[in-house]
Amino acid sequence: MLFQEFTESRYNFEECTKCTICTVYCPVMQVNPLYPGPKQAGPDGERLRLRDPGFFDNALKYCLNCKRCEVACPSGVKVADIIQSARIKYDKTPPKLRDRILASTDFMGSLARPVAPVVNGVTGLGITKTAMDAFLGVDKHREFPSYSARSFEGWLRRHRKEQAAFPEQVAYFHGCYVNYNYPQLGKDLVKVLNALGVGVQLLEKEKCCGIALITNRLTDQAVKNAQHNVAVLEKAVAKELKILTTSSSCTLTLREEYPNLLDIDNSTVRDSILMATRFIFEKLEKGATLPFKADYHLKVAYHTPCHMERMGWGVFSEKLLRMIPGLEFTLLDSACCGIAGTYGFKKENYTASQAIGAALFDQIRSVNPDVVACDCETCKWQIEMSTPYKVMNPISILADAIE
Amino acid sequence: MRFDTVIVGGGLAGIVAGLKLQKAGKNTAIVSTGQNALHFFSGSFESIQEPPKEILDIFAESGIRLHYSPGVRLMPMGTFAESTLSLEDVSIFPDPKIGRRVLIVNFTGYHDFFSSFLAEGLEKQGMECRIRFLNLGDLTQPDLGPNEMRAVQIARRIDQVWDKLVQEVRVLLKDDDTVVLPQVFGLSDPAIPERIRQGIPARVVFAGTLPPSVPGIRTQMLLKRRYEVLGGTYLMGDRVTGAHVFEDTVHSVVTKHLDRHYLEADHFVLATGSFFSKGLISNPFKIFEPIFELDVDYDPDRNTWYNAGFQEHQPYMKFGVKTDSSLRTFRKGSPVKNLYAIGSILGETHPELGTGAGMAIRSALQVADQILKSEA
Repeated sequence: MLFQEFTESRYNFEECTKCTICTVYCPVMQVNPLYPGPKQAGPDGERLRLRDPGFFDNALKYCLNCKRCEVACPSGVKVADIIQSARIKYDKTPPKLRDRILASTDFMGSLARPVAPVVNGVTGLGITKTAMDAFLGVDKHREFPSYSARSFEGWLRRHRKEQAAFPEQVAYFHGCYVNYNYPQLGKDLVKVLNALGVGVQLLEKEKCCGIALITNRLTDQAVKNAQHNVAVLEKAVAKELKILTTSSSCTLTLREEYPNLLDIDNSTVRDSILMATRFIFEKLEKGATLPFKADYHLKVAYHTPCHMERMGWGVFSEKLLRMIPGLEFTLLDSACCGIAGTYGFKKENYTASQAIGAALFDQIRSVNPDVVACDCETCKWQIEMSTPYKVMNPISILADAIE
Repeated sequence: MRFDTVIVGGGLAGIVAGLKLQKAGKNTAIVSTGQNALHFFSGSFESIQEPPKEILDIFAESGIRLHYSPGVRLMPMGTFAESTLSLEDVSIFPDPKIGRRVLIVNFTGYHDFFSSFLAEGLEKQGMECRIRFLNLGDLTQPDLGPNEMRAVQIARRIDQVWDKLVQEVRVLLKDDDTVVLPQVFGLSDPAIPERIRQGIPARVVFAGTLPPSVPGIRTQMLLKRRYEVLGGTYLMGDRVTGAHVFEDTVHSVVTKHLDRHYLEADHFVLATGSFFSKGLISNPFKIFEPIFELDVDYDPDRNTWYNAGFQEHQPYMKFGVKTDSSLRTFRKGSPVKNLYAIGSILGETHPELGTGAGMAIRSALQVADQILKSEA
């Protein structure tokens, strides 16, 4: 079987049998005629690009990196990785100012936080939206997530001593969203873990996972962040800590995108990085208990974010929610909501973004839940903007359901 | 995570077994390495010779109407094949004479439906044919690009404006008694092909296209949705990489994405398909089943595996995992108590179950029965 060792490629592209199944599940292909689709942009195009980089097609930028082509592929071809790596390798046009701004989630967060009320006021103004639309190409329909005046890191640092008192300890990779925009999700995680006898620590200064840097081709910065994060995560693993996360996209980036797209070896830390819903489910499965409220009732529709689907871990969030007494659960058909991080914020993608999500929004309306549950912050913005429903992370629902 | 039954493979066989077990109140999971052969489905379950109520019920509860009428159906090259149980999309006729004057309608730029071959085939059998093309851009805007001219993309557009399509075909219709259209309708709604039929004053026949298959994908989506409504856990895009087997019993399986989180169950069903989906793997020295290392029925002499005539029956298609009459598998010569095999991984080792989609369904129902009985 020696010869097979030499015929396997990194992204398995020679395993493509041209069956076209990926094209059925590509959300972009359904709405944007300029996008050649995953088969052509991925394995078909790769074969040509390997021969001559001149075959690189700029339309690959329309790929929103949802990875649904990889989930659908029966042959194990890493279609989306082929496309994203081709963008990194061959697209040499400098990223736009707008893309740099949208991608720099932690830099923008640290600038905005001290003056949060002012920033929140200004980004919400019609005139600001019109100006950003005209000069930057950030679509005017979008609501910018509001910034929190106090960071999650600051809050958890103030509670360091009481957290250290718990017999079991974990580290938390909170990500930019929890730190700058919505510290409450981090606090909800601390509440639930504390109820299980687990204390929460910060990492030694995490940086943005870099997902938006990767898709906006700020690759050098993404590599720096990844090297920094792997070093920081290694320190936590050396202390035998698991690293929990509440964002599916940060998790996919730390576990999969670092080695696959950025060539960063994360093998020392990869297995220790877990979505909090998986960690908590496994605890409850082994007999741990949570003090659930006696008279709780909530009708929840769960949306599996694309990156959760790719990791195959939606099942943990689903099973965990189903364990809550009084919770009425509906699993929504797994489909992209259309936002894909910074993708939907770009003016040229707005129409496609809303068209992609339309079926999901219709299904949510027909289920008519009290809340939509979802492990991704950008899906949350998209669904809240496009439907009248509130979106909560499963961890926040869990925190709400316990005493 | 613990289930009553874990099914490895999410194609037609796996999902039918899952549906039957969920209906009986069992808690099951299906692990599926990507999408499956339903995406190439003709719409016809070749070999089911009796109208089995149980099958009709399972499909009807999922929103899929089947019809049973032994006869022949039109193949994409203008020939005819025997058929019995089919999706409603497929027309079944008592004999190959489907009309005297046939209008074949295709879409400009759509290369996955061979209208001229179809006409040639029908003309050989004495039918008069003419081919006309419709512009998709006249029915729905924006027009599809050349990359998008595929069955599913066309269906997504036409499903919104199927009544306009009916009007256009009516305009084309002269003294034709039969209209043949590509099978590219009703991805979102299984009722659309029938509405198109009702709207055109001639006999309307849908003929297969190159993959992906619109009726097949619709079937997959509806079966999966029903399975999830019944509480089944469908792990899409994951892959079983190994198993924990102690003596004659499977305790758990390991998957790529869940890694150290094993899936435990009382019963396991292997529905990973044949060579194409790597349920069976061949190399120059042997044919093997990669997950459980089950015994495979095959001729060890490699020279007998294939036939040099490309169109001939290929002997390797006969090979399948070894099972007893209850479809229980074997490992190193002894039976594995709680592991069954269903679907095309059986090869042609159980001719009494038929072939293809028919065998997938029959073996799935038989094994689900067996599992339910063993627990009764």
